[in-house]
Amino acid sequence: MGPRRGLTGRRPAGRAASGRLPWVLVLPAVLGLVFLVLPLAGLLIRAPWPTLLARLAEPHVLEALRLSLVCATVATAVCLLLGVPLAWLLARVDFPGRRLVRALVTVPLVLPPVVGGVALLLVLGRRGLVGQWLEATFGITLPFTTAGVIIAEAFVAMPFLVISVEGALRGADQRFEEAAATLGASRWTIFRRVTLPLIMPGVVAGAVLCWARALGEFGATITFAGNFPGTTRTMPLAVYLALETEPEAAIVLSLVLLAVSVIVLASLRDRWVSAP
Amino acid sequence: MFRRLSRWAIALPVVLALAGLTGCGSGEPATSASASAGGEAKEVTVFAAASLTGTFTELGKVFEAAHPGTTVRFNFGSSATLAQQIVQGAPADVFAAASPATMKTVSDASPASSPSTFVRNKLQIAVPADNPAKVDDLKDLTDTKVKVALCAEQVPCGAAAVKALDAAGLKVTPVTLEQDVKATLTKVELGEVDAALVYKTDVIASAGKVRGIEFPEADQAINDYPIATLAKAPAGAAAQQFVDLVLSQQGKDVLTKAGFEAP
Repeated sequence: MGPRRGLTGRRPAGRAASGRLPWVLVLPAVLGLVFLVLPLAGLLIRAPWPTLLARLAEPHVLEALRLSLVCATVATAVCLLLGVPLAWLLARVDFPGRRLVRALVTVPLVLPPVVGGVALLLVLGRRGLVGQWLEATFGITLPFTTAGVIIAEAFVAMPFLVISVEGALRGADQRFEEAAATLGASRWTIFRRVTLPLIMPGVVAGAVLCWARALGEFGATITFAGNFPGTTRTMPLAVYLALETEPEAAIVLSLVLLAVSVIVLASLRDRWVSAP
Repeated sequence: MFRRLSRWAIALPVVLALAGLTGCGSGEPATSASASAGGEAKEVTVFAAASLTGTFTELGKVFEAAHPGTTVRFNFGSSATLAQQIVQGAPADVFAAASPATMKTVSDASPASSPSTFVRNKLQIAVPADNPAKVDDLKDLTDTKVKVALCAEQVPCGAAAVKALDAAGLKVTPVTLEQDVKATLTKVELGEVDAALVYKTDVIASAGKVRGIEFPEADQAINDYPIATLAKAPAGAAAQQFVDLVLSQQGKDVLTKAGFEAP
């Protein structure tokens, strides 16, 4: 929240309140933390530490990890390209049916990802409404390809970005945009030179959430893109398959995914989200 | 004083709600026979392979009709997943697996009654009803233009597919390795793949949405389905009675009607 300095005149929280901590808040907070952290502790305790390194060096682990990182990153880029303008539309342009559109944007959040995958198949699959045309015209089929993984991840993760950016837009002070308009700037220039810098922390926070959600995506991916090593088997799919026969291998894979995401998210937070 | 009271008023529901949440997770065996006045009301929990969904549901109804007051609950899924769930302490009375290997996972971890093979299942090539790639036999699947879905090797239908292809000396590059046989079949039903190797029973259960093609090498990759009661079976004798029903002539009739073969 730091980068707002001065704009809204808010002071950083933390020093504002003093006195005894209210246990009504602290007790549920600690319980909540335990509830979130305990399963992770379970993974760490049950991990096969002696064979960990040997298992990590297996080529299929690195292959799945690379695929996961590439797909989540490209999916995030797609979400940024489409999601930021969508958020702008929802926050700044008054059009009929805006409330309905806003509700529709959040549909992937409540849809079970597997259902999302089936829906994608019905539209973009080989016999889907759009997919049929894509294949006939361009010879492109999306299911069972890496592009399919990216589409599935973007579908599930985009709402996180849109909601976050829209929130930032609504919180941003519109007087700066109005001032720019009175000085003769076009709406595109205002967006580029005033709005976007103003809401950058919100965009970055949204992108980070979006990336994290894409990295962990399972249901829509396995349904729409299938599961084949090297092209569509991302880490969560590898974890699920390993669980069928070798729970220990699944724990190792989960730890890798966990470590990578924590490292990336932690470094991003320091660098971008909470920097002064 | 009043302030303290109002604090309690807020805190109490929160704490109670949390206590309720943790209570849910403490894993009390949901199957424990709910001993009522008659002492007869019981629940038998059966973990069964996904390919048994139709037949076992039918047999469950037969069992409940013959044993009033006893209900049969099913957990259908990939045999490998079910085996892991049982090993991790899921309260099951009976395990019916789609392969001896998944049954072994369970019997290695905790003693089960000696498993008996109750049916066998054979692979077929499943193609969409209009068979767009004109698949006739197993060799057609090696064509790179034909999109093929197989089960992942970790689950029984995938292990059987590998065995059958090895027996035929063919190398097939699938576009996807699905996590269970029903997911594999769905890809054919939706027309996303041109062919898949699934069980004959799944082709019959799809009721015309996919077409099955027999192939000779399937005989070398027949899956035995073992069934056993588990050592810690909370339902006790009722568990054995359900297994007896599956092994009876009546059970065999239901299963063979669905396309299973007698062992």
